[in-house]
Amino acid sequence: MDIHEYQAKELLSGFGVPIPMGGLARTPGEAAYRATEIGGERWVVKAQVHSGARGKAGGIKLCVDEKQIWDAAEGILGTTLVTTQTGPRGREVHSVYVEQAHHIEREIYLGFVLNRTTERIMVVASSAGGMDIEEISEKDPNSVIRANIEPAVGMQDFQARNIAFGLGIEAKLISKAVKAILGCYRAFRDLDATMVEINPLAITKSGLLLALDAKMTFDDNAFFRRTAIAELRDRTQEDPRETVAADQGLSYVGLDGNIGCIINGAGLAMATMDMIKLAGGEPANFLDIGGGASPERVAKAFSVVLSDAKVEAILINIFAGINRCDWVAEGIVQAFKEVGVKVPLVARLSGTNVEQGRKILKDSGLPIITATTLVEAADKAVATLKS
Amino acid sequence: MTVLLNDKTPVIVQGITGRIGSFHAKEMVEYGTNVVGGVTPGKGGTTHEGVPIFNSVAEAVKATGAEASCIFVPPPYAADSVMEAASAGIKFCVNIVDGIPAQDMMRVKRYLSRYPVERRMRMCGPNCAGVISPGKAMMGIMPGHIYKEGRIGVIGRSGTLGYEAAAQMSELGIGISTSVGIGGDPINGSSFKDILELFEADDETDAVLMIGEIGGPQEAEAAEFVSKKMSKPVAAYIAGLTAPKGRTMGHAGAIVTTAGESAEEKVAMLKDAGVTVAPNPGVMGTTVAAMIGA
Repeated sequence: MDIHEYQAKELLSGFGVPIPMGGLARTPGEAAYRATEIGGERWVVKAQVHSGARGKAGGIKLCVDEKQIWDAAEGILGTTLVTTQTGPRGREVHSVYVEQAHHIEREIYLGFVLNRTTERIMVVASSAGGMDIEEISEKDPNSVIRANIEPAVGMQDFQARNIAFGLGIEAKLISKAVKAILGCYRAFRDLDATMVEINPLAITKSGLLLALDAKMTFDDNAFFRRTAIAELRDRTQEDPRETVAADQGLSYVGLDGNIGCIINGAGLAMATMDMIKLAGGEPANFLDIGGGASPERVAKAFSVVLSDAKVEAILINIFAGINRCDWVAEGIVQAFKEVGVKVPLVARLSGTNVEQGRKILKDSGLPIITATTLVEAADKAVATLKS
Repeated sequence: MTVLLNDKTPVIVQGITGRIGSFHAKEMVEYGTNVVGGVTPGKGGTTHEGVPIFNSVAEAVKATGAEASCIFVPPPYAADSVMEAASAGIKFCVNIVDGIPAQDMMRVKRYLSRYPVERRMRMCGPNCAGVISPGKAMMGIMPGHIYKEGRIGVIGRSGTLGYEAAAQMSELGIGISTSVGIGGDPINGSSFKDILELFEADDETDAVLMIGEIGGPQEAEAAEFVSKKMSKPVAAYIAGLTAPKGRTMGHAGAIVTTAGESAEEKVAMLKDAGVTVAPNPGVMGTTVAAMIGA
């Protein structure tokens, strides 16, 4: 799960990471008031959406007086920000973060990720901050410093110190940098994050070290013990189709094609989507109904897939292990009755109770196109669009 | 022999009295698995599904001589269960549990590494369908009847995609020596390479099919192992050609975050290593057939 910049800064600040003074606003009036509260002469008004690259998309404005702040907030609030990371759908802006602006001397990149090779938390830092890490790795790979953290004892001061010196931070700021690095690590560990990124960590002309932007992502599997984090979820930033699906216990990812997919198992779902693509079609979504799916859950999957207006055909592919083909077939019949399936449907059932399942579909008299293999199912689904 | 598991291996089930553990323990026994006991703290001294229940893995090992454990406990307790099994001297554990926090798995891996390699418990999973040696025994949740006994080793992240492969192979008369689920999580117990090593050494396995997906470095590591150390032929399929970057596709580990993790890149690395790559998931069976000349 992603959170907003202001939320990440608030959390990190609690772990001793220095941040500029700032405050959240939901109206232009509030934004102007925040600036007065903060004081100073220059402020930034930043769109709070779950995406980076906001500046280039017009979501970050530098302001020098109250009128500019008002205008910036008015211009940003209520819009849909489309960045290089959001896809064409963009993200709605419901709040802005007003922050004291600083004159920047230099920008540092500081990130913490789960390294799947070493199976440890890894720190990635670079003196070439401001760009994203892919860009840094490409343009200035020698500037990248990495360190893996031993899980049994956690990050040690010397590791943070080595990173700080490696970044060329001047002696009088070293202890502040060490504190910020260790703070990020502790936040990552104690809150079950999967990513913490400060980009840039800035050194200002007045000699301060400050996290000017912050990004955190969390492990959904740890929400049972991180209830306060789970509450930071902002549904307005999610694809509404995914929100509805998640509420019904379905794993769904919206894509841009027109063949809706209903499948059991993540691997088989990805494979079926690949098959559609190779057959000349484009999948509209990833959807895993999970194991032991009841007829009701299958019917719900249809309503989720059909809530996407782009869907012109549906392919349901089930290889039942713990699932039962007869239950899935009943769910399909139920979907026709309750949800209303107006687009062509290709069904491929295999595995447990497959004969009963096929019989239920046949006896229903519904216009269901059946297939026995994966290849046949994908070909037939693509063919329905061409006819 | 088969790798990891045969009809003699004494198996316990951790979390056997729960709804899911109970159901699958029964299926495992029916398939022929030598299930010798179960562990549920607080229910020691009772019996369930005809097997004795113990309060701890250590007690179960002492009383039954168990060597392997299949874990079906809720995700918050799963890391603890794995470490308990390792400390009680279990040699092999299948971790079915979906939803274990990544940092718990980091701790588990660190804990396991305390043991010298020859005494270190091997784990498959988490978030996997389990391990089956067709006709002999299974530890997991797969439908046993779709697997035909034979001489191909199978390694896969996904359960259902593994079933699909097994069914395609059965259809062509090709059987499996052992099918091993390594799971869909970002941090897992055994990698493709770990299991490839076992199949390379197994005299009842002639060739291997590996079924990978987007995300993580383990397919690349497997490619390197195949090109340098593997004498047996290897076929592969990688799922997720259509998966967008940065999105998690169902499995917690199925996410492309850095270079080398997309399906195209993994396919290219495997091909370079001499692996026969199935161009689509509908031809995993025929790809294996063509490779072994069946």
